[in-house]
Amino acid sequence: MEQQKGASTFGMWVFLLTELMMFGGLFASYLIYRLKFYAAWEAGSSSIDVHWGFINTLVLIGSSFTMAMAVWAAQKGDKNKQVMFLIGTMILGAAFLGIKGIEYKAKYDECHIPGHIIGKAFNASGGCMADGKVTGDIAKEFMEHQAEIHKPVPEAFAKQTADQTQIFFSFYFAMTGLHAFHMVIGLGLLGWLTLRASRGEFSGQYFTPVELGGLYWHFVDIVWIFLFPLLYLINRTHG
Amino acid sequence: MSQNSHPTPLLYFVIVMCLFVGTVVTYKAATIDMGIWNPIVALAIACTKAVLVVLFFMHVRYSDKLTKVTVVAGFFWLMILITLSLSDYIGRGFQVAP
Repeated sequence: MEQQKGASTFGMWVFLLTELMMFGGLFASYLIYRLKFYAAWEAGSSSIDVHWGFINTLVLIGSSFTMAMAVWAAQKGDKNKQVMFLIGTMILGAAFLGIKGIEYKAKYDECHIPGHIIGKAFNASGGCMADGKVTGDIAKEFMEHQAEIHKPVPEAFAKQTADQTQIFFSFYFAMTGLHAFHMVIGLGLLGWLTLRASRGEFSGQYFTPVELGGLYWHFVDIVWIFLFPLLYLINRTHG
Repeated sequence: MSQNSHPTPLLYFVIVMCLFVGTVVTYKAATIDMGIWNPIVALAIACTKAVLVVLFFMHVRYSDKLTKVTVVAGFFWLMILITLSLSDYIGRGFQVAP
């Protein structure tokens, strides 16, 4: 059984490393474009609500804690605690996705979804209306911010930077979207594990599925731990 | 299976508190202007948090050598991806968008 558990764990890690490379490709290209379009990255990052990102980070880290506790409870053979912690992890995971939905909706309202795929066309230079007033004017905010902390920038540069934030938002939606997709899969896995746990299938002798599910969930948490500072905290040194 | 000791709920609680503190510190540090050090500090804290999750929540600290080598190899591979891709672009004389 030990050898089987060792083999399963090894296989799961190899899979997680392929996932790491997939996200790694996005991180590497994010980095390259950030170096090329730093002003746009800064402007785009400043327009995302950092509070939701912060809360989401705490929620996801909390869910990693409940997941680790679920593995511990499975090893102990405590059926009730296993199910409790697995359900707790699912609730926190669902909360994360709900907050993500709120954030995406805010971006939609502000016309910051790249291109013209979904409803409102991308517009970061004052052309976006919501509830009868102008919203999501990154060009204006960028000019104000630069005048405040650096030195004033010409309006043409601000407008160009605002246009370039389309690239930033492409990365924002691609990376958080892929991450959210992994969360949804994770919730499915957790549901399956909860079902099996409630049937008393796990004990100190055999709790490998819970352990491997935990590895997956922690991996998704680690991806977010890097996404949060890279997307939300590029430049938050407002006064 | 080599075991130093089993992780306890108390240990998990300590780790998650460290992670929470790390998150708050990351946020606060981002509001302070440290110039070039901002992204470095942010990534350093993120790496520390990731290491804590990998070692303790993912039980790598208590795992056999095969698992440990696999994890290190994976991150090494990621570094190859990032480093070689970056050096390609930097070596071209990267122009900031006009």
